[in-house]
Amino acid sequence: MSDSHATAVDTADPPQLRHHFADMEQQKNSASLGMWLFLVTEIMFFGGLFCAYLIYRLMHFNAFAAASQQLDIRWGAFNTAVLLISSVTVVLAVRAAQDGSRKQLVAYLIVTVLLGLTFLGVKAIEYKEKFEKHHVPGPTFAFTNTFDDNGKQIPVNPKEAELFYSLYFAMTGMHALHMIIGCGLFSVLAILAWKGHYSPGYYTPIENAGLYWHLVDIIWIYLFPLLYLISRHS
Amino acid sequence: MATTVIPAQPASKPVNYLTNGFTLKSWLLTTDHKRIAILYLISVTMFFFLGGFFAMLIRLELLTPQGDLMHADTYNKVFTAHGMIMVFFFLIPVVPAILGNFLVPLMVGAKDLAFPRINLLSWYLYIIAGGMMLHVLLNGGVDTGWTLYSPFSTQFSNTNVIEAGLAVFVVGFSSIFTGLNFIVTIHRMRAPGLTWSRLPLFVWAQYATSLIMILGTPVIAITTVMLAVERLFHLGIFDPKLGGDPLLFQHLFWFYSHPAVYIMILPSMGVISELIACFSHKRIFGYKIVALSSIAIAVIGFLVWAHHMFVAGISLYAALIFSFITFFVGVPSAIKIFNWTATLYRGSVSFATPMLYAFGFIGLFTIGGLTGLFLASLGIDVHVTDTYFVVSHFHYVMVGGVVMGYLGGMHFWWPKITGRMYPEGWAKLSALFVFVGFNLTFFPQFILGYVGMPRRYWQYPPEFQVLNVLSTAGASVLAVGYLLPMIYFAWSLRYGPIADANPWGAAGLEWQTASPPPTFNFDETPVVTWEAYNYDEIEPKHDIGGPVER
Repeated sequence: MSDSHATAVDTADPPQLRHHFADMEQQKNSASLGMWLFLVTEIMFFGGLFCAYLIYRLMHFNAFAAASQQLDIRWGAFNTAVLLISSVTVVLAVRAAQDGSRKQLVAYLIVTVLLGLTFLGVKAIEYKEKFEKHHVPGPTFAFTNTFDDNGKQIPVNPKEAELFYSLYFAMTGMHALHMIIGCGLFSVLAILAWKGHYSPGYYTPIENAGLYWHLVDIIWIYLFPLLYLISRHS
Repeated sequence: MATTVIPAQPASKPVNYLTNGFTLKSWLLTTDHKRIAILYLISVTMFFFLGGFFAMLIRLELLTPQGDLMHADTYNKVFTAHGMIMVFFFLIPVVPAILGNFLVPLMVGAKDLAFPRINLLSWYLYIIAGGMMLHVLLNGGVDTGWTLYSPFSTQFSNTNVIEAGLAVFVVGFSSIFTGLNFIVTIHRMRAPGLTWSRLPLFVWAQYATSLIMILGTPVIAITTVMLAVERLFHLGIFDPKLGGDPLLFQHLFWFYSHPAVYIMILPSMGVISELIACFSHKRIFGYKIVALSSIAIAVIGFLVWAHHMFVAGISLYAALIFSFITFFVGVPSAIKIFNWTATLYRGSVSFATPMLYAFGFIGLFTIGGLTGLFLASLGIDVHVTDTYFVVSHFHYVMVGGVVMGYLGGMHFWWPKITGRMYPEGWAKLSALFVFVGFNLTFFPQFILGYVGMPRRYWQYPPEFQVLNVLSTAGASVLAVGYLLPMIYFAWSLRYGPIADANPWGAAGLEWQTASPPPTFNFDETPVVTWEAYNYDEIEPKHDIGGPVER
């Protein structure tokens, strides 16, 4: 039956074609639309956190600005670069899958995982710094007064600064969780790719995992300025 | 002569989805959308009766003005259990996960949903969440109300709020996966020739519902995560002492939970469109506008959430705008009611049980919808907020609307699902019980609320007793009306008359395949060359499935 709808990339009876689809094209389009819809749910999911952050930033501007300046902008910038490069390697992996070059595909997937782990490692260093500076919300939280660039003291309610760090940990933590899932996902895909599961006629999982990775990347692209940058405009 | 042939098994009888495997494994690991619908039917029905049990406890406590059946704390836990189970484990999944799962692939002429394994996963998530909910109940329950309002839920309640919240989180993903599956299936898997303007209105309604599931449910998920994190680590996201704002919780909660009301009602509206067209034997009046009104409800429904917060201290101007948009969302609902009644006009109307439920739906939903407009007006809302008027209003929509639509749909598609007819006489009797019992239960609550009885109290002044006794009596009648179908549906599985492929003479692809359908739905992929509800091309049946007069 699939023959009548066969497309250029369609082999005679592709083993990956699931019984309820007419042809590979329909299957690929369905998987792709499903992934995009899943990304929509992810955006709504993070949207709740972004909404909370922006509202409290307006309510407690001074505290949020002061707390934000305690974040290490160099680590944040480094991680942004790491993630952007990893998005490139994901695209190259998809390209390799399209070309059917298995070794390149596996290599790019492994590099992506390594970049993801680098990001997580840096995040761990940052979390450790917060812990040492007593910036982890809870009974041990402490926030000393800060000064602006003119040496003037910024009056800050430590409770409000604590709220900043609550949201900082909630948002970057939820993002890191997605990174961990992504690293696991690409590790599995690398093994499957090594075993030769993917071909120019069937690489949907690589493409969809790539979409997921780009989304996680984009979320960081918004987190970085919101948490690290926008209070340093002076 | 000597060869007495043993009459062979009716080997010609084709295998259908029910006879394709009898082991437990063939059910628990099935990816057949029809079998998953049956799994949902069983589990959702169990939760319906569990939620109903808590409803009966509430009504029994309110039989007398004194708090004599249970303590106030217990009462809090009982109405919370009733609300959480009914909202998250019955009303939200009931029509999409049972009838939608069964019918959407059939109606679009597909072999299955786009992602059968994700469909099965969604059922398992439902079961896991249900198990968590039961675990919470067995460990003392929750006393926050189903709304989980902060700061009570984050700082003061000593009950198992976190696990209940996580159950909501998990069951939310079950509904996200159902919605995602429907949208992809409707976009990508329609049979050749089945254009959007030829889709049955039930499919349009499921599509609109799925949009809300996809866009709304993640927000309640992150909200319950924030709630859990705040409780666990004593953060201040919703705590004003620590710089947070409890209103933010209400905003985020209702951003999902108001559209969730439309997750509940839209699928039932889709059912009613099918019933009205079939039993009027007529194309639905204004097909396109009815289809688009579902989408309009889904879109506008996202812009009205703060009408739950008129007395919570939001700005007056915000309240005015939300009030206006709330009136506005009534328009597409009213369009549906008008078009259904216009379909009846000069139709060849018959009064089989599904149609009785459809009539019940129209009447009760209209009352529920109109009282919703009362509540959308700021002045009246301030007067009746948190009274039984509100309770009655949403039960008219949720029970009078959703459950009537669901029961109508179950009777209508029962022959397709099981291959057997239900007993028409008993079914009509139970429809009568449901209608009378429902009105007796909830109409007195409008009056109670208007004269000032607040909700969520376990005792009340003695002058409210007469109306409360009426309400409890009605609840008993309603319970009989809900138990009867359980009995005769089960009876009909074995003794009901065999149904043919199209016992009602209905339009729609699902009636063109066998009852029950084969595992892959259609022997050949159908090609659609006709509009939806082409009843002028279908001969009316005069003896619909047995004793039905037309």
